[in-house]
Amino acid sequence: MMKLFNNIWTLWLLSTLLILGYLTYIFNVEEKGIFSPGKLTHGHHQIEMACSSCHTEPLGGGEVIQDACVNCHKEELKISDDSHPKSKFTDPRNISRVKELDARVCVTCHTEHRTKITKSMGVTIPEDFCVKCHSEIAEDRPSHKGMEFTSCASAGCHNYHDNRALYEDFLEKHIDEPHHLPEGKIKSVSSLEEITTSAGYPISKYPVKKLTGTDIELHPGIKKDALITEEWSITAHAQAGVSCNACHKVKDDKGVVNWVEKPSHDSCKTCHKSEVKGFLTGKHGMRLNQDLSAMTPAMSRISMKSTAHDKELTCSSCHSSHKFDVKHAAVDACLNCHNDQHSQSYKDSPHFLLWHKETSGQGDKNTGVSCATCHMPREEKELGDQTLILTEHNQNMNLRPNEKMLRSVCMNCHGLGFSINALADKKLIQNNFKGLPKVHNQSIDLVKQRLLKRGKPREGSP
Amino acid sequence: MKFKLLALTSFIGLSTVLSGCGETKTTGIEPQTMTDALFKVMEADRTVYTKLIIGRLAKKEKVIKASEHWKDEKALVLPAQMFRYGAERVAEKTSDFSYSLLSLWPVNAQNKPKTDIEKAGLKFIAENPGQNYYGKETLGDTTYFTAVYPDVAVAEACISCHNKHKDSPRTDFKLGEVMGGVVIRLPIKS
Ligand code: HEC
Repeated sequence: MMKLFNNIWTLWLLSTLLILGYLTYIFNVEEKGIFSPGKLTHGHHQIEMACSSCHTEPLGGGEVIQDACVNCHKEELKISDDSHPKSKFTDPRNISRVKELDARVCVTCHTEHRTKITKSMGVTIPEDFCVKCHSEIAEDRPSHKGMEFTSCASAGCHNYHDNRALYEDFLEKHIDEPHHLPEGKIKSVSSLEEITTSAGYPISKYPVKKLTGTDIELHPGIKKDALITEEWSITAHAQAGVSCNACHKVKDDKGVVNWVEKPSHDSCKTCHKSEVKGFLTGKHGMRLNQDLSAMTPAMSRISMKSTAHDKELTCSSCHSSHKFDVKHAAVDACLNCHNDQHSQSYKDSPHFLLWHKETSGQGDKNTGVSCATCHMPREEKELGDQTLILTEHNQNMNLRPNEKMLRSVCMNCHGLGFSINALADKKLIQNNFKGLPKVHNQSIDLVKQRLLKRGKPREGSP
Repeated sequence: MKFKLLALTSFIGLSTVLSGCGETKTTGIEPQTMTDALFKVMEADRTVYTKLIIGRLAKKEKVIKASEHWKDEKALVLPAQMFRYGAERVAEKTSDFSYSLLSLWPVNAQNKPKTDIEKAGLKFIAENPGQNYYGKETLGDTTYFTAVYPDVAVAEACISCHNKHKDSPRTDFKLGEVMGGVVIRLPIKS
């Protein structure tokens, strides 16, 4: 009897240990799906298994999650000149508004794990949320009488956060622009000199000096490869005094320098801080940023080429390892994986025609429009007290709501009204802007009406 | 050294009041003394900015414009924005007091009075030039000592800009007139 009793206890102990062990195991590997209370949105699905990215403490409520939101999205909100910053809602005079909509925390409008009620931009509250505070808008703006509150943020007129290209005075400033601006051009990236003299560039380690194959010094035991040397010798790296060791010699945790066959983005970061930061914040690198395995097209929720399913996304996926051909990175690298209708239509679009002209020497510099021109635009970046023009490597930065593209992209070449209409035309976006916009947004019309009422003649009008 | 000591004591004094405000403990300084002092600093800074920066560089010397869209226009921030950005910074650091610039005739509709005290206070200071308005109000579950101080058109720049602004409900502000009010709130024991 005693023996049987003992056996039961041993069995109990063993099974408890086993269950505990299993739980510990799944908590510490990437298989946490069973704990997830529901799928994540487009924005976060890649890092679903890195629970602690958002749930920084096991029992944290809204405020703890808020810190996680801010941790990743703070800069974006700052750059976008957020129209509804937290400070508007912490002011005691706005307490009644907080009761309507507690906009002090992101999760009030963007709750995760709720796919059934999630709308575009990850919004999980009914679309007419603007009415909660702006119900009297028609009194200030009689032109807005009768407009549906579901249309404020869905018709391309206003956004909750980013209105940099939509505010009234901006519309007025660009009121009568043509479809195509006569001098339209894309910005040039800052020069090698500007970049290498900017704050944080390791100029003392890599003095700018044109290098050739004979200058190459390699780690003991590593043999020089003729093809690689040739590919490297025509790159900006060779012009800037950056050779093999700069990327391949990497310090490990103990401070020992080793030769690394395939350097990671950490090597690139030594000189390309802003680019790597963008990459890690966007959809291409956000898994790496959470210490998960690299993103692959197979994990994506959008249409990808089956031939590319297992490709891993690192810097060299688009830039290759030694050639660093930016033209390849700007179009073909994207189309090797992306297979949705917009991507498929690109090579049949007027934008591609311009790109083809430029890259084949028939068009002027900076007149071609590649995938990167719009999705990874060249933007002003502040480094110390210097402003550089660098490529934004976070492809998500201007993607949603797409009016974010107006200033950073469209308006380099197109008038504002035309651009707003084009971005509001879903079919046109699908066929990659082949044809004219068939949607008409009335924002600029309303500005014109208001100007007429005010009686101030517009410049250029008779 | 003397100055340092003075600064230190006033700092300690200030922080006792501030930390006292949210709690039940009574302190030596009356809320009104506190808000009056805060307002003096705000008013002085605001006048200095308007006269020495806007009035001089934008109006007189015409070296640089002042614009609501200062980033886009590469211009100076407006006095009201200067004030609001300051208030926002304070709000990030403490909830021991808060302040804002409002008006019965606001350019920015967000600066309309909202609470009863704001409405009564702005009306009072407009009708009684030179006087302030004090009261208590409960917002949410906190009671505040709320003071409303007149914001006066101290420079030509104030009235010329407001009278011409397309969103301004008034176009006849005159120099020396009350254009709006500074509202300062301290949380107190109810
Ligand atoms: C160059 C234009 C300009 C000048 C100069 C200017 N203001 Fe304003 N003022 C504005 C604008 C625009 C706002 C709205 C700012 C906001 O909150 O977005 C404003 C806001 C205000 C407000 C808050 C209520 C409202 O109208 O929204 C008061 C009060 C005010 N100003 C008073 C003054 C006084 C007093 C001066 C001079 C010391 C002054 N302003 C100088 C343009 C100006």
